[in-house]
Amino acid sequence: MPVVNKAMTETNSRDLFPGALEMMILESLRREPAHGYALVQHIQQRSNNLLQVEEGSLYPALQRLLKAKLVKAEWGVSTTNRRVRTYQITTAGLRRLEQQISSFERMFEGIALVLNPSKATTN
Amino acid sequence: MNWIPNIFRRGKPYDDLSEEIRLHIEERTEQLMREGMSQQEAERRARVAFGNSTLLEERSREVWQWPTLDSIRADVRIALRGLRKSPGFTIAAVSTLALAIGANAVVFGVLNALILRPLNVPQAESLFIIQHGSDVASHSYPDYLDLRQRNRSFDDVAAWAISQSGLDTGKDPSNVWEYETSGNYFDALRIQPYLGRFFHESDQHGPNSAPYVVLSYAYWSSHFQNDHGVVGRVVRLNRHPFTILGVAPPGFQGTVLFFASDIFVPLVNHEQLSGVDVLKARANHWMFEMVGRLKPGVTAAQATADLNSVDSYLKKSYPKDESNDPYTLARPGLHGDYLNGPTRAFLTGLMLLSGLILLAACANLGSLFAARAADRSREVALRLALGSSRNRILRQLFTESVLLSLAGGVAGLVASILLLRRLSVWQPFPRFPLHVPVSPDANVYLVALVLALVSGVLFGIVPVRQILRANPYEIVKAGSTGAFGRRLTVRDVLVVVQIAICAVLVTSSMVAVRGLMRSMHSNFGFEPRNAMLVDTDLTTAGYSGERVPAMQRRMIDAIQAIPGVDSVGSVNYPPLEPPGTWQGLVYTDTTEDLSPSKAAADPNMFNVSPDYFRASGTSLLAGRAFTWHDDTNAPRVAVVNREFASKILGSVPDAVGRYFKLQDGTRVRVVGLVEDGKYANLTEGQKPAMFFPLLQSPASWIWLVVRSSRDPQELAAAMRSALRDIDPAMVLAIRPWSTELGGTLFPSRMATISLGVLGLMGAMLSITGIFGMAAYSVSKRLKELGIRIALGAKKKEVLQAALGRAFKLLAIGSGVGLVLGILAGRVLAFIVYQATPRDPVVLVGVVLAMAALGLLATWIPAQRALSVNPLVLLRED
Repeated sequence: MPVVNKAMTETNSRDLFPGALEMMILESLRREPAHGYALVQHIQQRSNNLLQVEEGSLYPALQRLLKAKLVKAEWGVSTTNRRVRTYQITTAGLRRLEQQISSFERMFEGIALVLNPSKATTN
Repeated sequence: MNWIPNIFRRGKPYDDLSEEIRLHIEERTEQLMREGMSQQEAERRARVAFGNSTLLEERSREVWQWPTLDSIRADVRIALRGLRKSPGFTIAAVSTLALAIGANAVVFGVLNALILRPLNVPQAESLFIIQHGSDVASHSYPDYLDLRQRNRSFDDVAAWAISQSGLDTGKDPSNVWEYETSGNYFDALRIQPYLGRFFHESDQHGPNSAPYVVLSYAYWSSHFQNDHGVVGRVVRLNRHPFTILGVAPPGFQGTVLFFASDIFVPLVNHEQLSGVDVLKARANHWMFEMVGRLKPGVTAAQATADLNSVDSYLKKSYPKDESNDPYTLARPGLHGDYLNGPTRAFLTGLMLLSGLILLAACANLGSLFAARAADRSREVALRLALGSSRNRILRQLFTESVLLSLAGGVAGLVASILLLRRLSVWQPFPRFPLHVPVSPDANVYLVALVLALVSGVLFGIVPVRQILRANPYEIVKAGSTGAFGRRLTVRDVLVVVQIAICAVLVTSSMVAVRGLMRSMHSNFGFEPRNAMLVDTDLTTAGYSGERVPAMQRRMIDAIQAIPGVDSVGSVNYPPLEPPGTWQGLVYTDTTEDLSPSKAAADPNMFNVSPDYFRASGTSLLAGRAFTWHDDTNAPRVAVVNREFASKILGSVPDAVGRYFKLQDGTRVRVVGLVEDGKYANLTEGQKPAMFFPLLQSPASWIWLVVRSSRDPQELAAAMRSALRDIDPAMVLAIRPWSTELGGTLFPSRMATISLGVLGLMGAMLSITGIFGMAAYSVSKRLKELGIRIALGAKKKEVLQAALGRAFKLLAIGSGVGLVLGILAGRVLAFIVYQATPRDPVVLVGVVLAMAALGLLATWIPAQRALSVNPLVLLRED
């Protein structure tokens, strides 16, 4: 649930759109397995700090992914010698990611068309 | 899915999660410290960056919870704990609901049993009562045979009559109530015997050809001790031998719900049972009911049209014997429209009133819940401030109200089941096998629980708005008194509504009770006190023809000889004895055309012995009573009442000596004039009545009226032995006339009892309502009261401050309720004889009752307000 630094009042307003956070997590994990803290760092860096994920909001999303068997988790020791729980994407996760990315692109295209029709047609 | 192991291993993912979150915050802290922050600052920042860890953890867990079962369990646990902590609230809420649900379940149970549930036979929905006009007995046997043969809409049509016989098994003869049924009765109803067999159409071959008896299950258990050997035994019915064929199934008591018959006998044997042969008399509409089973696909309207086309054929063929009434269909069970109408009206009224109870209870619940929510506003505010979601708080509120509803609903249901069971075995009339078969079924349970849940939940969430709007900062800052204002709140309105409803109930029950009391003491045209009735049926004892009047004369003389007996009279059927009276058409003396439409009136008709007027306490205003010389050899004479004289004879003072005509053309001379009275029921207006001498219109079934001031029990014993001396086989029923009148007063008594109970419930509800409000307002303002007392306020002023508002609401509510109750009382006047709402006693009574209820309910809160110790109070917080 990406957040534009908004006071936490209502659950729904935190969602940019449903599934966005899950998608970003899956994409990060596709590149390499990571634990929660690293995931947050990764997402914040990759978005040039435009998307500031409230760190904790990652965990409910991770639990959802775990439950749906899109990722799997394992306790281990990190390169910095810390005890960490590392998440890894599953094949089902990969398949879901592909679907989501393609549907997200279609949606983004649609939004772009509505917001800026002239530009879209020349594209 | 592998969710099953998850239930048992739930601890594991949760531990992982907490550990993970802890490690996450730790890592962030270390990162921040590496950037040069102090440990304290770093820890704080790490937590802020993470967000509400408790909430996030909870939300993460929710992902794993199998449909939130966990949280429901937690909610239930918390709710139970909360309820246990406030027993006053819990008891008030549960008992309020139990009361309302109990009342509604009982009324619905009766409604369900009598109106919604059809007869206990297969495919009862295709059964219809065929009624002819609106009389009690309405069919003749030849008509029945014709209708059955000529209609094209019914698979089968059965008929029956209800009568009474003396059944002799060789020992003590006793009276039984019997259904005389057509041979196809059991087959048309499609029921199977419990034991032995039923009689069928093929068993009968003309009059008196089928001397068979089928016992009802109840009679078989009580009189034959469940003896399986009864099949084939011969018993005597009115001294004729009948063979027991079988026993009817336990759930089947006949085709009229109220009326539990003892035995079933074939209709073709009517002559043996009654001594009269009416099977061929087309004009004699003696049979009680016809029931038909519609063919599949035929509608009730089509069947009615079909029946009436048969009827028009009958009218053409037998113009003298057929009446003009059309045939109609009605649901079986309550004797067609005859009982259906009044029963429905009464039950609808009751349902309305119990609905009112429910409404009052709901208002009560609403104000209870609102008060509780106000009390807990601080707790709620704290929880909101600590990050609990509003959803979660509402869910808990909801759980609490569901728990209360269930508890109240179950308690009410249990009470109603007990009451309904009692009602089922209750026999309001000793002389008739009448009872109210209202054992509750699944429908009743369902309705009660749904009502409980709906009302509990609906009014349990009254304070939702209060909670949603709550601003945690304000409430925590101001303390719990912040919400208590001077303006009109929802709670005030609820209390007023509730009190108004309760006042309506109290008013109507008082109106009804007063009405009943008055009708018990009104002038019936006879004096039931110090009079005994003996119900004698010489037919069941085997007498017929000439022997009947002679025997009756002997009976009267024998009782007259008992010491202490003032006078003995006889009457064919006493006035005000249910189900009704005999009537006969009369014409003015000058009328020549004696067709029914030219009749001057249809007065009540009584056949009485010479001493009847003296024995019954009916005052003779002019002329003479009868003598034993007014017999078949003397000219026809009659005694009439005032109403008859003014309506038919045209003059009251000159009535004696005038003549009128009967339908057969006989001229009757009026020899005496008596006072008016009540004949068929208490609510009737003045009705004409005529009395004929016993010897000029004999009847085998007569009632002896015995006037004596001796002790009823002693007298009854003396009469019994005197009559047994004449004929030991005679079946006798001896009762005081005032007891016998119980049946007539039954409807108004029923209405009064029900209204009384509802009024009592209303009173109880208003006590809990006022108590709740007063106790709440006192506890809210304890601190203020303490300050007032400390500043020297007098008792009166303290009470006024504490309870003034409660009394104001009580007064408004009672006022509104009283006005509404008086309006409702007008409706009541139709059911309860002599009920009038414009009765000063009622008005004063209601005002006093409401004031007393108010005092009672505010007594404890008032004591609490007065005993406030300012020192203790002011020291607190």
